[in-house]
Amino acid sequence: MEIVFLIEQILNGLLIGAYYLLIALGLSLIFSLGGIVNLAHGAFYAIGAYLTVALAPTIGFGGAFVAAPVLVALLGLVIERFLLRRFYRADPILSLLLTFGLAMVAEQTLRMVFGAPPLPFSIPLALRGQVFIGDFIYSRYRLMILGVAALCVLGLWLLLQRTHFGRVVRAGVQNPDMVGALGISLRPYMSAVVMIAVGLAALAGVMLAPVIGVHPAMGAEILTFAFVVVVIGGLGSFWGVVVAALIVGVVRGIAAYAYPPATEASVYLLMLLVLLLRPRGLFGERIAKFE
Amino acid sequence: MTELPRITRRGALLGAATLLAAPAISYAQSDVIRIGHLTPRTGFLGPLGEFAVQAGQLAMDEINAAGGILGRKLEITFEDSVNPQTASAKAERYIQRDKVSCIVGEINSASALAIGQVVQREKALFINTGANSDALRGSDCRKFMFHIEGQNSMYVKAVGRVLVQQGLIKGKKVYALTADYAFGHDLLRVAKRFMGENGGTVANEDLIPTDLTDFSPFLLKIRQARPDVIIANLAGAQITNFLKQYSEFGLRFPVAGFGFDTALAWGAGQGNFLGTWPTMWHHRLDNPAAKKFTADFRQRFGRPPENQAWGDYNAIKIVAQAMTETKGTDGPRIVEYLESGAKFGVLKARESYFRARDHQIMTEMYAITALPPAEQKDRYDIFTATATVPGPEESLEAIGATPEENSCTFPA
Repeated sequence: MEIVFLIEQILNGLLIGAYYLLIALGLSLIFSLGGIVNLAHGAFYAIGAYLTVALAPTIGFGGAFVAAPVLVALLGLVIERFLLRRFYRADPILSLLLTFGLAMVAEQTLRMVFGAPPLPFSIPLALRGQVFIGDFIYSRYRLMILGVAALCVLGLWLLLQRTHFGRVVRAGVQNPDMVGALGISLRPYMSAVVMIAVGLAALAGVMLAPVIGVHPAMGAEILTFAFVVVVIGGLGSFWGVVVAALIVGVVRGIAAYAYPPATEASVYLLMLLVLLLRPRGLFGERIAKFE
Repeated sequence: MTELPRITRRGALLGAATLLAAPAISYAQSDVIRIGHLTPRTGFLGPLGEFAVQAGQLAMDEINAAGGILGRKLEITFEDSVNPQTASAKAERYIQRDKVSCIVGEINSASALAIGQVVQREKALFINTGANSDALRGSDCRKFMFHIEGQNSMYVKAVGRVLVQQGLIKGKKVYALTADYAFGHDLLRVAKRFMGENGGTVANEDLIPTDLTDFSPFLLKIRQARPDVIIANLAGAQITNFLKQYSEFGLRFPVAGFGFDTALAWGAGQGNFLGTWPTMWHHRLDNPAAKKFTADFRQRFGRPPENQAWGDYNAIKIVAQAMTETKGTDGPRIVEYLESGAKFGVLKARESYFRARDHQIMTEMYAITALPPAEQKDRYDIFTATATVPGPEESLEAIGATPEENSCTFPA
């Protein structure tokens, strides 16, 4: 029974990993191409969740599922165009300060507009319920989250590997000067990458709004984990981030099972261990411009 | 890239001097009574801090509209206490620099302890409006610290009595989920004592990190353990997340809590709130003063007040009454007055008073039970009052910790 239960915890951990995945992927993309450590990434996730709560009464959860990520992506476009763009080649401390400031402005704005207490929001009736597989129990809604996350990962991978757009982005990560020398401006690509990245964060916000308290600090809550995932996975590595997200989820599950007070700390311990053994992360690539 | 504007050293010096000089001018006014309000406004307790601040504003405006305190205007400054270190530093600054007459607020038990140490040193009054640890009224009690928030023992005894009546304690197996910090540890200790005295056993106990948002691993553990009842000793955003996810997993074990704040249940969403919980006050109480407070608060802030708002609103009113009665703002004299058993109408059927030996308010508490989802009419009226504890014929001390359970010797 204990082993079966441990397996259940591990499978559940994979589901939790899917939460972090959508946020970590965007974080990794923006850093790889723009060299910006986006501390405001959690804010886009929070805005996605708040938009869902605000929009769902009029256009339904399905409508918000589409509208919130699109609106947040447009917000991302504006922020990229007027703010982030100025800092791609600047001292990284400046973009850190900028995005840290943006995160605080966003959190406080949410607090002023919607109030500090959590906003009520529930899983839509049609998506409620549990799935029993043998002795295991799964929330039907969480399986849906896993499905959507898997589709996003697949879509993003195809976009980066199989399209002209993806080839330019990947080249831009490794050697932006050469891309420039070939007569390709990376600017529109960077705008698109930021839109995709923050849109994914917002999508995570939409999907988690029904199961996690919608409150102003929710962005800061999830961001640390997303960073840990990126660091463990290795910067610039697509599959590294995916694998790391799943490992983090599983480690968390095992810690909750074995020693609850360390549920969150276990993830940081894992990061420490990975950094000691593989300073570049599990699948980290050497990116010349960051060395 | 454009260059950043340069700040010269001389400019910085001048700026700093101006900033430091400005407050000194306003503090020279003596026709104002100052209170420093200090409570978490960000982080996992931030959702409650907002109610505390709004209630403080409401109380201040009511007092000033009625002519202030002793003919002087009341001025409350509001600050985010963040964590114990910051709380301690800000409390010190309030007293030494801003010359406040007293400090009101706090929710985090660890921060309240830090503020308690500062006020003890500075001999200034502190009214704790939201920290529950018994230790604050016992081993860590302070002559200048009073508690309008109930202590953990009161919460446990108030709701525990109802749970015993519902047959959820005697001979039952309990799964306890406890917030992993000062408040939770203290509450778990009190809860286990109560269980032992009433024939229940805590079969499983998990300490939950305060920043944990996903309860699914614990829900799986609960499902495997098959407890008779789940007791949530959680705090802040944890309660909202737990309620949402418990309902998501469709578990059917009865749920009760020994620590609770209504705002966190309001935030859980339609059909997610369940179980029986204790509270110091709730907006559905049927007495004229409570109804007026609820109506005024609702009109001004667009939502009903909850237990945290009750604490800070009444703390300010109590301070005002104490200053009026002692005809001044002298800390030791106010302490003497509060210890004298003076009665305060705190929006309840019965008047309350502070117990001299540990400075804990003796007051009615309430057990509330979630309404079935179909009967939850709007997002606020989601529970029904099950019991008032102690009952009308009982002493208010019936739910307080006994001297044997929690004894306080004020340090000199």
